[in-house]
Amino acid sequence: MKALTKLTRWLAAMALGCMLAFAVHAQGNLEVDSPAISALKASMQKRHAQLAPLYASGAIGFATDGSIALRDASLLPLAQRGGASALVAAENADRSALYREIARANQHPEWEVDIRNTFAQRWIDRAQAGWWVQRGGAWVKK
Amino acid sequence: MPGLRTSGLPEAPMSFSPLRTLVLVCGVAATASACVTINIYFPAAAAEKAADRIIDEVWQLRDAGSPAPRSNSVPDAPHSPSEKGAEQ
Repeated sequence: MKALTKLTRWLAAMALGCMLAFAVHAQGNLEVDSPAISALKASMQKRHAQLAPLYASGAIGFATDGSIALRDASLLPLAQRGGASALVAAENADRSALYREIARANQHPEWEVDIRNTFAQRWIDRAQAGWWVQRGGAWVKK
Repeated sequence: MPGLRTSGLPEAPMSFSPLRTLVLVCGVAATASACVTINIYFPAAAAEKAADRIIDEVWQLRDAGSPAPRSNSVPDAPHSPSEKGAEQ
């Protein structure tokens, strides 16, 4: 009986230890270093050179859903509008893939929406002064 | 007590016990880890940190000179230098 009590206590400690270890591991970090994520980052990094002036001009803004949007095409010369739409489409495709890949790299595809929302908030919070962001459905200049 | 012991050999309860302990421990550990892994809630703080890191990298190209967005970046990721070095 004494041995059983000891065993039970040991098992309980073991189980608690495992739970804590997994909880800490899961809380500590999000895996963002898969090859797919690196490729998406590189692609977005390259595109940012073209997007930055469009953010600054106000033609493109940061939407609440973690994407970017062609906010006011009339700010651009007619010749540039097509190119700007293509940039927006390509960037949004990369962003969607990025959110999906992060969720998948962490074995939680269902986190995609949470990851998208987190990113949406961070893109908007960190947008530079003069860039346009969407807040509560309205466009605001930072 | 008798109900628990009838399945083992009558003369070897002492040698059977460690094996049973091991099996039990493995079972409990596997169950606990599976439960925690499946039911864990979304790690919001970690996600925010990851988002900041990725935004840093994506915007770095042209915005390295602007102080505001870089101010809260913390050197918390040991593998980021090599990764950034590879991408630059």
